Amino acid sequence: MNTQFWVIQTFNGVSYGALLFLVGSGLSLIFGVMRIVNLAHGSYFLLGGYVALSVIWTTGSWLLAIPVAASSIALIGLLMERFFLRPLGFDPLRQVLLTVGFAFLFQQAALDIWTGNNFNINPPDALTKSIVVGGIYFPLYRAFMIATALTIGSILWLVMEKTRMGAAVRATVDDAQMARGVGVDTSRISMFIFALGAFLAALGGVIGGAFLGIYPGLDFEILPLAFAVVIIGGMGSLGGAAIGALLVGLADNFGKALFPEISYFTLYAPMALILAVKPTGLFGRE
Amino acid sequence: MKAPMTSQQKKIVAVVAALTALAIIIPNTNSFIILLATRALAFSILVMSLDLLLGFTGLPSLGQAAYLGVGAYLTAILATKFQFGLGYDFWVVVVLGILAGAALAAIFGLLAIRAAGVYFLMITLALGQCVWGLAYRWNSLTGGDNGINLRNRPKFGIDLSHDVTFFYLVFGFFVASLLAIYVLVRSPFGRSLAGIRERELRMKILGYNTWLHKYIAFVIAGGFGGLAGVLWAHTAGIVSPENVVLTTSVDALLMAVLGGAGTLVGGVIGAFIVFGLREYLSTLVPWWQYVLGSVYVATILYLPGGLMGIPERIRQWRAMSGRAERQ
Repeated sequence: MNTQFWVIQTFNGVSYGALLFLVGSGLSLIFGVMRIVNLAHGSYFLLGGYVALSVIWTTGSWLLAIPVAASSIALIGLLMERFFLRPLGFDPLRQVLLTVGFAFLFQQAALDIWTGNNFNINPPDALTKSIVVGGIYFPLYRAFMIATALTIGSILWLVMEKTRMGAAVRATVDDAQMARGVGVDTSRISMFIFALGAFLAALGGVIGGAFLGIYPGLDFEILPLAFAVVIIGGMGSLGGAAIGALLVGLADNFGKALFPEISYFTLYAPMALILAVKPTGLFGRE
Repeated sequence: MKAPMTSQQKKIVAVVAALTALAIIIPNTNSFIILLATRALAFSILVMSLDLLLGFTGLPSLGQAAYLGVGAYLTAILATKFQFGLGYDFWVVVVLGILAGAALAAIFGLLAIRAAGVYFLMITLALGQCVWGLAYRWNSLTGGDNGINLRNRPKFGIDLSHDVTFFYLVFGFFVASLLAIYVLVRSPFGRSLAGIRERELRMKILGYNTWLHKYIAFVIAGGFGGLAGVLWAHTAGIVSPENVVLTTSVDALLMAVLGGAGTLVGGVIGAFIVFGLREYLSTLVPWWQYVLGSVYVATILYLPGGLMGIPERIRQWRAMSGRAERQ
C-alpha cells in the first residue's frame, strides 16, 4: 500500500467514474423529467457496444462506430418513448415494468444477432499506449475516457444552463405540471430526454466496451451501478450525477482492492442509507 | 332453498378446484413437469409475498429476491457446512428460514418504508443489491459465483429426494402460505393495508399508524420470502448469486403484474406461465424470450389488471356492446 497503489487506484476509479457518468447522467435526466426508472438503460449500454462492434467489423473504423452506435440507440429510445411509454400516460409503475419487458426483448435480440460470445472493442493503437508520469504507467485509454466524460458533461451543462431548451428541461424536472401550464411542451421534452439518455448510455457502451468487454448479461450488471450514481447524486441533477459517478467509481475500485469479499456491499449499503435519509439523493431538489 | 353463492365464494371454489386438479394431475405426468411445477410453486410463495406488498399495500418492491436468497443460502450453508436440516431438523430450518427472511425485512424495512412509489422501488433495489453483493463476493461463506451445491434432500420417515414426495411437500407449504396470506388480507389488518394503498393520507388522518402497518406487512412478506428460499434451495439443488440478482426480483414483480396484482392467485398463474415459457418453450424454440417479452409488454399495455383482469374486461365489454344494441 504505497503511494503508487493509491495513485493508480484513484486514477482507475476516476476513469471508471467517467464511464458511469455517461450511463448515469442519462438515467438521471430521464428520471427527473419523466419520474420513471428506466430499467432498459443497461440494455442501451450493451446494444451500443454491439452496434459499434458491427460497424467496426464492416468498416474497420472505430471513430465511425461511436456516432453510429450512439445515434441508432438514441433512435430506438425515441421510438420506445413515443410508441410505448407515452400512451401509458402518467403511470410510473407500469412504465417501469414496460421498460423491463423491453430489456428482455433487447436481451434476446442481442443474443440472436451477436451470439452469446464475449467480444472486445479494440480502440485505435494510438489510444492503447501508456504514458509514464513519475515512474507510474497510466493507460492512455482511461485518460481518454475521462476527457470524453468531461467534454460531454460540459456540453450538457452548457445546454442545460444556457439554452432555452435547457431551461425548459429544468423547469420540467422541478415541476412538470407548472411547466406545462406556462407553455412548455413537456411531451416533446420527454421524448428528447429519453433519446438523449439512450444516446449517452450507448456512447458509454462503445467506450466502456474496450475494457469491460461486451457480453450478454452486461446490461443488468451495469444497470445497478448506474442507479447508484443517480441515487447518490440526486435524481434529475446533472452536477449530482457527476459527483455520484465519481464517488461510485472510486468506491467500486477501492472496495474491490481493499475489501474484496464485501466490495459490492460497501457500494450499495451507503446507497440504501442515503436513500433512506434523503429519498431525492444527496444533491436532488425537493 | 340454498342461497346462491356470492362471487367471492365462487372464486374460492374455483381456486380449490384448480388446486385439487393440480395435486392430482401433476404427479401423474413426467418428471420434467413435476420438477417444473415444484419450482413454480416454490417461487409462487415469493410472488405472493410480493403481491402482499404490491397489490395489497401499494409498495412496489424491486428487491424481493433478497429474502428468497437469505432463506436459500441459510438452508444451503447449514446443510453443507453443518450437515444440519437433512433429517427431522429440516423443520427447524424451515422456521429459521422464515425468521431469517423476516429479520432481514425488519432491518431493511426501517430504511425502506419511509419512501413511497418509485423511491420505494429504488431503495428496495439498492437493498437487494447489498444482499447480492455479499452473495457474489463473500466466497468463503457463499461460494461466490459458483454458489453452493446441495447434494441431498432431507429424509425423515419420508424421502424427499423422491420427486413426487417433494412436490407434495412444496405443494403443502404453498397451500398453507396461500391460505395464510389470504386470511391476512381479508382481516381488518389487511383492510387497513388496502386503505393505505388507496389513500395513505386519509388513513393517517383517521388515526392509523400507517408506517407500522406497512412495516408489519413488509416483515411478513420477508418471512414468506424466507420460506420460499428454503424450499427453493432443495428444489433447485443449487443456491447461487443468480437467485438474488436483480433480474430475479424483476421476475417476481413481473409475474405478480402479469397474473394481476392484488389477487394472490394471479401471481401464481404468472409464475406458472413464466416458468412454463422459460423452461418448456425454451426446449422447443430458440426465440422463446421474444414470447416472454411480448407477453409482458402486451399485458402492461393492454391489461393493467393482469390476466385475472380479463373476466372483468369481458364483462365491461359485454355491458358496453349490450347497451349499444339496445339503443
